Amino acid sequence: MKYTEDHEWLRTDGDLVVVGITEHAAEQLGDVVFVELPEAETQVSTGDDAVVIESVKAASDITAPVDGEIVEVNDALTDNPGLVNEDPLGAAWFFKMKVEDMSQLDSLMDEDAYKEMIG
Amino acid sequence: MSELNRTPLYDLHVSLGGKMVPFAGYEMPVQYALGVMKEHLHTRAAAGLFDVSHMGQVRLDAPSVETAALDLERLVPVSVLALKEGRQRYGLFTNDQGGILDDLMIANRGDHLFLVVNAAMKDQDIAHMQAGLTECQVTRITDRALIALQGPAAEASLAALVPGAAQMKFMDVAVLDWNGAELWVSRSGYSGEDGYEVSVPEDKAVAFAEALLAMEAVEPIGLGARDSLRLEAGLCLYGNDIDTTTSPVEAALEWAIQKARRTGGEREGGFPGATRILDELENGAPRRRVGLLPEGRAPMRAGTRIFAEDSDVVLGEVTSGGFAPSLERPISMGYVSTDHSETGTVLEAEVRGKRMALTVADMPFRPSTYKR
Repeated sequence: MKYTEDHEWLRTDGDLVVVGITEHAAEQLGDVVFVELPEAETQVSTGDDAVVIESVKAASDITAPVDGEIVEVNDALTDNPGLVNEDPLGAAWFFKMKVEDMSQLDSLMDEDAYKEMIG
Repeated sequence: MSELNRTPLYDLHVSLGGKMVPFAGYEMPVQYALGVMKEHLHTRAAAGLFDVSHMGQVRLDAPSVETAALDLERLVPVSVLALKEGRQRYGLFTNDQGGILDDLMIANRGDHLFLVVNAAMKDQDIAHMQAGLTECQVTRITDRALIALQGPAAEASLAALVPGAAQMKFMDVAVLDWNGAELWVSRSGYSGEDGYEVSVPEDKAVAFAEALLAMEAVEPIGLGARDSLRLEAGLCLYGNDIDTTTSPVEAALEWAIQKARRTGGEREGGFPGATRILDELENGAPRRRVGLLPEGRAPMRAGTRIFAEDSDVVLGEVTSGGFAPSLERPISMGYVSTDHSETGTVLEAEVRGKRMALTVADMPFRPSTYKR
């Protein structure tokens, strides 16, 4: 598992990368009430807005953590946004990407580095 | 940045796991471990305890309570004189332009008036009264906490400590004893639920809150759920939904202006902004505060612009909006031009650059359960 400074996690699934947000992020957001997912087959560059999450407190954007193509999105979140709080590391993945250059993942944090960042 | 104040319950909030945030100059709990959604639903199902000690508690003393009432009527478009002993009503301070300086609760406590005003506005309100009232001595009460208990189990929970609370009706006020502490109790609140607001001496506040929290039915509730509860109840938040740029008629608060103060009433006018407000009571205002139901699940928050269907003409904007836990859908309130304010009118709002439909709706969004 890899982590970004924006509290996203990335894990590989065959030749795809699955993206979600961390437990810490879900806790900080509070109860999630709305998730707007991108279209599948969208080309994105690192930092592009990909997902909108609205919690009881505020709206936040989830950005693309690496360059590539979003090939699949988790439609279950549209009907059940609360999954983000219940199972952020599992059932509440946001999208799967075909990544152009897998070495981009090397510059991301590992679990120890992420844990250190969130203190 | 000035130092933040703490209420007498600060340590209790921290020990209960409250997430403390700055609010109106105070460090206040925005939520506890349950989280906003569950705290909201708990209040609707049982009882929620809210620390509202940051709000201003003020006494107005004059040679008689009638004198105090008539004096206060110079600043509010409310019939204070008609307020009977042991009763409370909602009021508004208006300015010379007919805008709203603050909203407040006014209680007749027999020999004086007792007011509760918004935390962020209390210094201004007290200065405004000291400048504008000629008969009243204005006293800020600083040695009392204010604790709200709201929800269907509020009556049984408070009555277990203070039996007299059960006999009170919505908007009654009473002085009740709890273990030698003098409680100033009103049957009112800011959630759309039956419930109470209790002014308690600060040295007894923690013990009183703990006695309520020890009950199965009572959970502590933070500012987050307080906001979603009041929004479902269609109640205004000063600074968001009403302010100096909104008049009472625009804000759909005509019900707070009794006949005695309107055109042809025994004490017509005589409050700041009366010319505009009396005219709007007769002829309406160009815009109006309404409930709004967004289509779909995306919340439409404060600042979202509202348009006519298929049009670029801006009709108004959302002043409060979010997800309604009890309705499991987003709700908003805001101002639209009066000719588009009829219930059922379909409008559009711009969210993240996209047009989304929303429908004008009656408020409260969820029927209130006051014990009248």
